[in-house]
Amino acid sequence: MTVAGDDEVWLDEEAGPLIRPYTVSAGRTHPTVKLDLVSLVIAIAQPPRGMDPEHHKVLGLCRNPISVAEVAAHMRLPVAVTKILLADLVECEAMAMRAPSTTSGATDRVLLEKLLDGLQGI
Amino acid sequence: MAYKESDLFPTQVKILIAGGFGVGKTTFVGAASEIEPLNTEELITAASVGVDSLSGIEDKSTTTVALDFGRITIEQHEIVLYLFGTPGQERFWFMWDELSAGALGAIVLADTRRLQACFEAVDFFENRGIEFLVAVNEFDGAFHYEPEEVRAALELDPRVPIVMCDARDTRSATSTLRSLIRHLLAAVPAQSA
Repeated sequence: MTVAGDDEVWLDEEAGPLIRPYTVSAGRTHPTVKLDLVSLVIAIAQPPRGMDPEHHKVLGLCRNPISVAEVAAHMRLPVAVTKILLADLVECEAMAMRAPSTTSGATDRVLLEKLLDGLQGI
Repeated sequence: MAYKESDLFPTQVKILIAGGFGVGKTTFVGAASEIEPLNTEELITAASVGVDSLSGIEDKSTTTVALDFGRITIEQHEIVLYLFGTPGQERFWFMWDELSAGALGAIVLADTRRLQACFEAVDFFENRGIEFLVAVNEFDGAFHYEPEEVRAALELDPRVPIVMCDARDTRSATSTLRSLIRHLLAAVPAQSA
């Protein structure tokens, strides 16, 4: 078998598609902290040395509470990749997060009343 | 933890804006949102879905689903409401469980010229037990139908509200959101009041 032949087989179907955005997350595809689209995050400290420029950029976006979806949109990265970067920052305590509640709030009368009141003024 | 979560963060809630392609979802999100609608995308593996409409998409392929979203901040109550327009690639947003998980409710936008385009969204929310209303986006030049005619055409449960709206108009979009919240309130069991 030639070397060129080897080159052809290592990228077979079993390897799955190669997706460039995951290079940002060093090939990782799952975040270490559970986050969803509307989880809120906020920068609370400087990151430790050795973090990537993307981590610093993410922290810069999070001076005020901001949702995962918004961070992804501003970073122009898929949500899954953004979550991995955010989880890194939560893990090293550079960022605090508020996980979404486990219930939707659809049966929370107090919350719904507040929403209705808030939407009256718009 | 040295801080209290509630001191750092408002309460976040999410409402979905669904409906067929070109029905005005992004327009609605833009009209209601306090910020210019943002766009993000997710990578979705199509392997687990065996629907015929995925023809042309190879098994185990990964596809990108884009969605637009906006935000309404209700400062006096420390609530941030996110509005997510479901993606335009009709068949794919259903695969994005995370989008509907934890949603307060949904608005299904309907265009009376193509009512069938919102069948899928109606089915989806019915099957998931997510409360929704149907908002007829009144396009210029579309024949005006009475709400009950729309209800009959969509075979909607009598409980599901139908409202008329203009997705381009902030007041109309906000009023539609209020209608949804009122519908949710009406559905809350009395004992939890």
